[in-house]
Amino acid sequence: MNETQNNLGAYLKLHWKTAVFLVVLLIGIGLADIFVDSYMRRLLNLCAIYVIVSLAMNLVNGFTGQFSLGQAGFMAIGAYTVAIFTVPVESRAAIFYLEPMAPFLANIQLPFVVALILGGLASVVVAFFIGSPCLRLRGDYLAIATLGFSEIIRIIFTNTQSITNGALGIKSIPTISSLWWTYGTALLVIIATILLVYSSYGRAFKAIREDEIAAEAMGVGLFKTKMTSFLIGAFFTGIGGGLFAALLGTVDPKQFYFTLTYNFLLIIVLGGMGSISGTIIASFLVTLGQEALRFLDEPMAFGLDLPIFRPGLRMVVFSFLLMIIVLFYRKGLMGTNELTWDFMAQKFQSIKKKLSRKKTSTEGGGK
Amino acid sequence: MSLLRTENVIMQFGGVVAVNDLNIDIKKGELAALIGPNGAGKTTAFNVITGVYTPTSGKVLFTPTDKNGTTTEIDITGKKPDKITTLGVARTFQNIRLFKELSVLENVQVATHLNTDYSFLSAIMRTPKARKGEAQAKADCEFLLERLGLIDLKNEKASSLPYGQQRHLEIARALATKPQLLLLDEPAAGMNPQETDELTDLIFKLKTDFDLTIFMIEHHMDLVMEISDHIYVLDFGCTIAKGTPDEVQNNPKVIEAYLGVDADVED
Ligand SMILES: Nc1ncnc2c1ncn2[C@@H]1O[C@H](COP(=O)(O)OP(=O)(O)OP(=O)(O)O)[C@@H](O)[C@H]1O
Ligand SMILES: [Mg+2]
Repeated sequence: MNETQNNLGAYLKLHWKTAVFLVVLLIGIGLADIFVDSYMRRLLNLCAIYVIVSLAMNLVNGFTGQFSLGQAGFMAIGAYTVAIFTVPVESRAAIFYLEPMAPFLANIQLPFVVALILGGLASVVVAFFIGSPCLRLRGDYLAIATLGFSEIIRIIFTNTQSITNGALGIKSIPTISSLWWTYGTALLVIIATILLVYSSYGRAFKAIREDEIAAEAMGVGLFKTKMTSFLIGAFFTGIGGGLFAALLGTVDPKQFYFTLTYNFLLIIVLGGMGSISGTIIASFLVTLGQEALRFLDEPMAFGLDLPIFRPGLRMVVFSFLLMIIVLFYRKGLMGTNELTWDFMAQKFQSIKKKLSRKKTSTEGGGK
Repeated sequence: MSLLRTENVIMQFGGVVAVNDLNIDIKKGELAALIGPNGAGKTTAFNVITGVYTPTSGKVLFTPTDKNGTTTEIDITGKKPDKITTLGVARTFQNIRLFKELSVLENVQVATHLNTDYSFLSAIMRTPKARKGEAQAKADCEFLLERLGLIDLKNEKASSLPYGQQRHLEIARALATKPQLLLLDEPAAGMNPQETDELTDLIFKLKTDFDLTIFMIEHHMDLVMEISDHIYVLDFGCTIAKGTPDEVQNNPKVIEAYLGVDADVED
């Protein structure tokens, strides 16, 4: 007992800045949860969901070096699982009016958390079947397969009328409005990712990213290790999808186009492939940025009858951004670095040095 | 007792027979060398032994000693590289293949992953078992870095090390897999005579201290002749000579094929 207290004391002494930061963060979320209006609340919730899915994507793409583009598909699985199992039994007849819900599902209603976890697990099962052939091969098969899978899932969900209500989608999903669901989950995912990445497993992931042949020669089983990363990613993505459904209160196949995956790709490239803090920062930047640029999608004429702003322009702007990052800023905001206290202190020092140098040089020039 | 044997191994790439009928027999505890002119098939032989390539025909047999001291001959032909490493064969690469973005310490730690006896969930939850495993692995790695003179650089990025130290790191990393047989592919490549001498001493010491059997490809003749128990000479994939350094040195075929062109190989 005494020893664990000592340990805790030592731990806090070492990480007091982080502890303080966490406390401030939690208070911040608590305050936001009380005072923020419903528009901002939804936006903040969306940020947290994007953090979850992007981190999962970065785990597979950035840390393990396996190019997976199945985010929209895995989210769809999580979202539909939550939708199907949490919609109140009594409103199902009204929602499934074209074709009644399949009898084996019609009377099952699960608590939100259970449905959420079930959604994650369903993603894992599907991921296993995609990964089994693809992760044995070298090269870009995974990207192609996951991309195809995303489209197939969407088409399946459009056509399984008695389960997913087809193109009509499922409405009246009990919503979560509190920030604690999404931010609580995001925090758990962040912590789990950090702990995983800084473990023997995380190093094995990175070794595969760096050099598959060398990793294998050092005893890292390629298939098993890639699969571990892929399944963990799928689990978190499914959870993210479940939260997404519960945030919007409705799911339909159109929400899960490839453009959704594209957002996460943008986030991890912008934040830095292989940086947890970079991913978190970029999730907020992109989510809020897309909201700020929403006006681009609204038809608007400039004097003449020339509609420049139209739906889809936002995507063009974002694609352009992605190209610029890839061309000029290959490593993203953070590269593979993390925003630790040491890192910030270092940056601060170097900026200070640069500033003072500039000062002396301008002074010198003035004389 | 044989630790590693190959039986009539042939490795063909299309029309190129890179290794032609290779029969080696490496005894436990010895230091054997594989020499031959450029393109003779030496690295290919290593790649076949470590499972990077499955030979066109022939067998690779490895006889490790397990924890209880019993030995069993295992057919490792065409097994996956990580399986072969787990059985006790480790290697370094001729064209250095470090994990560039990882730190020196992490590079070595990766090689201890095969001994993790806890799941990724335990790793995430930092269970006592996982923490103990991590701590032990880290201590082992630091010990190895100490031995190879890299401990002060443990937090540096692997790619930032000078060339010679990268070669040392490759050896440290291979040792971290706890091998019984260590394959070194030109460990002294690009080193000056003094560095080569130091490396020779080091290899010899490591061999005794870690109870290793070593199979080494090397172009530095003085190094090879000084420390090898047995030498195999390849030329165009064929084994043109094998024996003790003295026997090989005086073999006319070897002189013709290899030592004759020694001048331009060894700068
Ligand atoms: N993957 C491959 N595909 C096709 N040919 C290959 C392959 N690997 C090696 N070779 C060929 O096999 C022959 C032997 O190459 P290897 O690398 O084993 O030679 P080496 O003895 O290690 O030479 P060096 O001293 O230059 O390292 C060469 O002709 C090479 O071109
Ligand atoms: Mg070679």
